[in-house]
Amino acid sequence: MFRPTRDGGASVRLSAGEATLLRTLVVPVMELLNDPERPGPSPAAATAKEGRTEAETAEAGEAGDLFDDLEKLFSEPEGQPSAIPLDPVLARLLPDAYRDDPESAGEFRRYTESSLREAKKYFALTLLETLPPSGGKIKLTGDQARDWLRALNDIRLMFGVRLEVTEDFEEQLAALDPKDPRVAAFEVYGWLGAVQESLVRALAR
Amino acid sequence: MSVAPAELDLPRSADEITPDKPWLTIVWNDPVNLMSYVTYVFEHVFGYPRPKAEKLMLDVHHKGKAVVASGAREAMERNVEVLHGYGLWATVRQDK
Repeated sequence: MFRPTRDGGASVRLSAGEATLLRTLVVPVMELLNDPERPGPSPAAATAKEGRTEAETAEAGEAGDLFDDLEKLFSEPEGQPSAIPLDPVLARLLPDAYRDDPESAGEFRRYTESSLREAKKYFALTLLETLPPSGGKIKLTGDQARDWLRALNDIRLMFGVRLEVTEDFEEQLAALDPKDPRVAAFEVYGWLGAVQESLVRALAR
Repeated sequence: MSVAPAELDLPRSADEITPDKPWLTIVWNDPVNLMSYVTYVFEHVFGYPRPKAEKLMLDVHHKGKAVVASGAREAMERNVEVLHGYGLWATVRQDK
């Protein structure tokens, strides 16, 4: 499937069916991440970020870190959720950063969850933007390929939680009645794993 | 250079803090994440050589979890944010 490219990226040829399947599967992940119960980043924080060019950010170095810290300080995390999402898939995509310490977990979540959700939506968007519905040959830079890896992984996590997969998912699949509606979902899950595995191999050379 | 502005953590009660112990980034086993992918993430995120990344991945797989980094609390929290971006199940705690 995926082959390494000379510039550290990866290329692949996908059929229209494969491309459409991937594009279709990334949509529910994005919809979950857009949960209206969980607000996006505050307008103040967004404006502060856009006000800086990438060069300024790179040049700033330590000052950039300070800027980020100030941004966090003034971005009113009180409006941000502190509890793990109720939806089990979203809870797996946005897990607690502290076990057995709800106070620290909640505080960390208030400061970081919205940016993690934005990052995950960005990875999904990279996949949509680089994958034409008609398929064909797709050439990804290293950064785009890593966005794909993360978007593919989020799709697989969604399937994994919904299907309650274990490490022996092939045995789970074999044990299902062929008429069970979950058979197709398990097969797609297996295919997604093969796609991701091949992309990892292309990048890890 | 002053480092005071970096201290943005909300005040915690003094008895929670054990300043001499480092903080840890822990990765937990998960039935979905591919072994090759977890190894790649450890190589790419932490810059670990392949053998070290593979050993940590196998520790996660066989023992259920592994400490993948240790150091300042802020750095460990940053690691966890990046690892959550990759879909790994990562947490922070202070070493006991």
